[in-house]
Amino acid sequence: MNEANPAPIQTQKPYLTPRDTSAPKLPMTEKVSVRDVNFYYGDYRALKSISMPIYDKKVTALIGPSGCGKSTLLRIFNRMYDLYPKQRADGEILFEGKNLLDPKQDLNLLRARIGMVFQKPTPFPMSIYDNIAFGIRLYEKVPKSELDDRVETALKRAALWDEVKDKLNQSGLGLSGGQQQRLCIARSIAVRPEVLLLDEPTSALDPIATAKVEELIYQLKSDYTICIVTHNMQQAARVADFTAFMYLGELVEFGETSQVFTKPKQSKTEDYITGRFG
Amino acid sequence: MNQVASVASRASAQSINASALRRHTLWDAALRIGTRAAAVTVLLLLAGVIVTLIEGSWLAFSTFGPGFLSTETWNPVKEEFGALAPIYGTVVTSIIAMAIGIPISLGIAIFLTELCPPSLKRSISTAIELLAGIPSIIYGIWGLFVLAPFLQAHVQPVVIGTFAGVPFLGALFAGPPYGIGVFTAGIILSIMVLPYITSVTRDVFETVPPVLKESAYGLGCTTWEVVTKVVLPFTRTGVIGGVMLGLGRALGETMAVTFVIGNAHRISGSILAPGTTISASIANEFTEAETALYSSSLIALGLLLFVITFIVLAIARFMLYRLKQKAG
Amino acid sequence: MQPQTRDMTRKTGFSMAMYDRRRFLSRLLMLLSWGAAATGMLVLLLILGTLVYRGVGGLNLAVFTENTPPPGSAGGIKNAIFGSVMMTLLGTALGTPIGILAGTYMAEYGRNTWLTTIVRFINDILLSAPSIVIGLFVYEVMVVTMGHFSAWAGGVALALLVLPVVVRTTEDMLLLVPDGLREAAAALGSPRWLVISKVCYRAAKAGMVTGVLLAIARVTGETAPLLFTALNNQFMSTDMNAPMANLPVVIFQFALSPYPEWQQLAWTAALLITMTVLVLNIGARALSTQNSKNN
Repeated sequence: MNEANPAPIQTQKPYLTPRDTSAPKLPMTEKVSVRDVNFYYGDYRALKSISMPIYDKKVTALIGPSGCGKSTLLRIFNRMYDLYPKQRADGEILFEGKNLLDPKQDLNLLRARIGMVFQKPTPFPMSIYDNIAFGIRLYEKVPKSELDDRVETALKRAALWDEVKDKLNQSGLGLSGGQQQRLCIARSIAVRPEVLLLDEPTSALDPIATAKVEELIYQLKSDYTICIVTHNMQQAARVADFTAFMYLGELVEFGETSQVFTKPKQSKTEDYITGRFG
Repeated sequence: MNQVASVASRASAQSINASALRRHTLWDAALRIGTRAAAVTVLLLLAGVIVTLIEGSWLAFSTFGPGFLSTETWNPVKEEFGALAPIYGTVVTSIIAMAIGIPISLGIAIFLTELCPPSLKRSISTAIELLAGIPSIIYGIWGLFVLAPFLQAHVQPVVIGTFAGVPFLGALFAGPPYGIGVFTAGIILSIMVLPYITSVTRDVFETVPPVLKESAYGLGCTTWEVVTKVVLPFTRTGVIGGVMLGLGRALGETMAVTFVIGNAHRISGSILAPGTTISASIANEFTEAETALYSSSLIALGLLLFVITFIVLAIARFMLYRLKQKAG
Repeated sequence: MQPQTRDMTRKTGFSMAMYDRRRFLSRLLMLLSWGAAATGMLVLLLILGTLVYRGVGGLNLAVFTENTPPPGSAGGIKNAIFGSVMMTLLGTALGTPIGILAGTYMAEYGRNTWLTTIVRFINDILLSAPSIVIGLFVYEVMVVTMGHFSAWAGGVALALLVLPVVVRTTEDMLLLVPDGLREAAAALGSPRWLVISKVCYRAAKAGMVTGVLLAIARVTGETAPLLFTALNNQFMSTDMNAPMANLPVVIFQFALSPYPEWQQLAWTAALLITMTVLVLNIGARALSTQNSKNN
């Protein structure tokens, strides 16, 4: 595996050492509930009866070896798989009490409420400002001054404002990889989604940019429910409140991050976490 | 080559079949020179076409001067020739073709890349591409016997009636419904350019990284918004290239237009009236052109057509190359 | 709308009216794009349907055994079929070797040289240049020089149309051959010409054949360049040095004539030519699909 040697922690600021995630505050509400979900690529069953909660305003990490289905699961939450023929899911995913797998579900609205950031940064071929304003303009008619505010707020929340405030009209493609990724996060949060899906958001970034994005995730969870797919276990340990370990399309273990990493209940989880396979 | 030679001499020192080596060296040189000559032939062909056309049109241009381009008169009896009417017809038919062809082509490309059920995708793509395979003369005969009478009976009277009295549009669609004419030629051309524009735009649409589209969908975009705000900006050069390619075809198309345009050397305010294009004039009149000046004028038209299409196609290719370079 | 989807919008500053408008626009335009595809298919079916409807009636043995008739009497198009086959063969035989050699230079010897860049650019333009201009060119160069129209001139004109198609596909197909294959062959001590002729050509064979088939399909229906090169001939002629009948020009003349017998023959000829072209096209396509599956 390419993450066999995780980046040493020296490059990171002190606050990025593992945080105290041992005592999630109660009561917790389930923002999204996955109930007995199966997923198929054609005839191949890629996910097998997955059930798990995604808690409100917490960070949930999906970990597991390549091909275990973690990204597949993430892409079910905003029905991204619907873009492709021959992919289908069954079961139930409850989002505020409604099953979002319902074929009648309006996908555009769903995706406006459940945002997603991808593995590789995907700035649109337009200016930095327009990248952020793009999503806002879709659903809201806001005056220019307010739009400016919204863009600024989103960029600040994404910790990008200081770096780009003087070049908002330049193309988003001119930014560095880490900046582009934060731009994409800013673009997602500008729409004010309730859930943020992050699909290996740092796998294309260097350690410093990774640290910035991780810090950002930590900051964002006060307002957003976040679900992150990562193949970097240290990252899961650093940012997540809850961790789900998946293997071969099955959910092996779900629990508080500290418990999963220190006292895994399943031997499979322990093997993976201690690096015995994967 | 020196390296090869030294390797060869070393090899022959080990007394490997020396005549075989000689033969290989000979064949190598022959193939290299032969292929290079063939490649140069392509360039010579272009040069030959240009030189020949300039030579052939010399008489017309020296007789009429630059006025050749701006004169409408086309009188074989008095031997007075001007290219304005064919140029006008060529431009107007191409504009009509593009006005109808571009939206339909883009619509089909969008359909094929965003909406089409995968089981149908191949067959619809093939069907559209077969449109490009149908010879131009078939479009001509179909246009003359099927499309023109249909337009004459059902479409043109309605159009004339609707716009009668409306300023500008009334004049544009004035006159009796002939069936054949500039408008009909434009419609036939729009069908003919459709497969070219469609196949280029479909191909460039498919170069858009899925993740870029996903992130737009991920923000809650509708399909139309993904197309206009992500796909089209991303593929702009390619789409323009495809459109120019189609335009190049429309400008130079001969037989189909010859059948349905009516071949009248005049400029009419109404696009329903008969007209002519550069290529239709050449096709119709070249074998009948008895005098040197007459045929030289037609060759001059040919040169004009070649220059125009060359420029349009050059732009098209330039755009498409740029896209290819960007894609790496 | 189901109340359920409305529920999904409990968000600040969210304009449902705006979303309704956007969704309506998107659906409308997607519907139009379905319509565009349907239009394209419909036109193809209409054209083919008309050809079959009007062409099949005239299809009989005489079509293949008799020559083009004088006005007002029945006959066939044997001479035109023969002429078309001869000139297409001649065009292919002249254009293909030069095209393959030029494509070989571009993909094998001259990759990334200025010559290749220019040739590719010019060739791509010739690929879509108006064929009537090629007709004028050959008229000036051959017909004027020889003093008369001839099947040779017609064949040369077609060759000039075959050439760019073959150049293009040859280069493309050879570039698809992985360099590893070339290196492996060279590593065995194979000289360049053998690497190209025994390895590269073999690997690219299906694609190159596809290109030639497409080129043949293209020139089969070409009319404009034949109008003033091969001209036409009422009679059966096997003399390549004289005007020769050919299907496209016969269609052109007969379709525009006032005689019903001629018009019928024009439709039948149109049907034959279209079927030939479509079979060649589909065959070429099938070949290239098969090839891409094998690789």
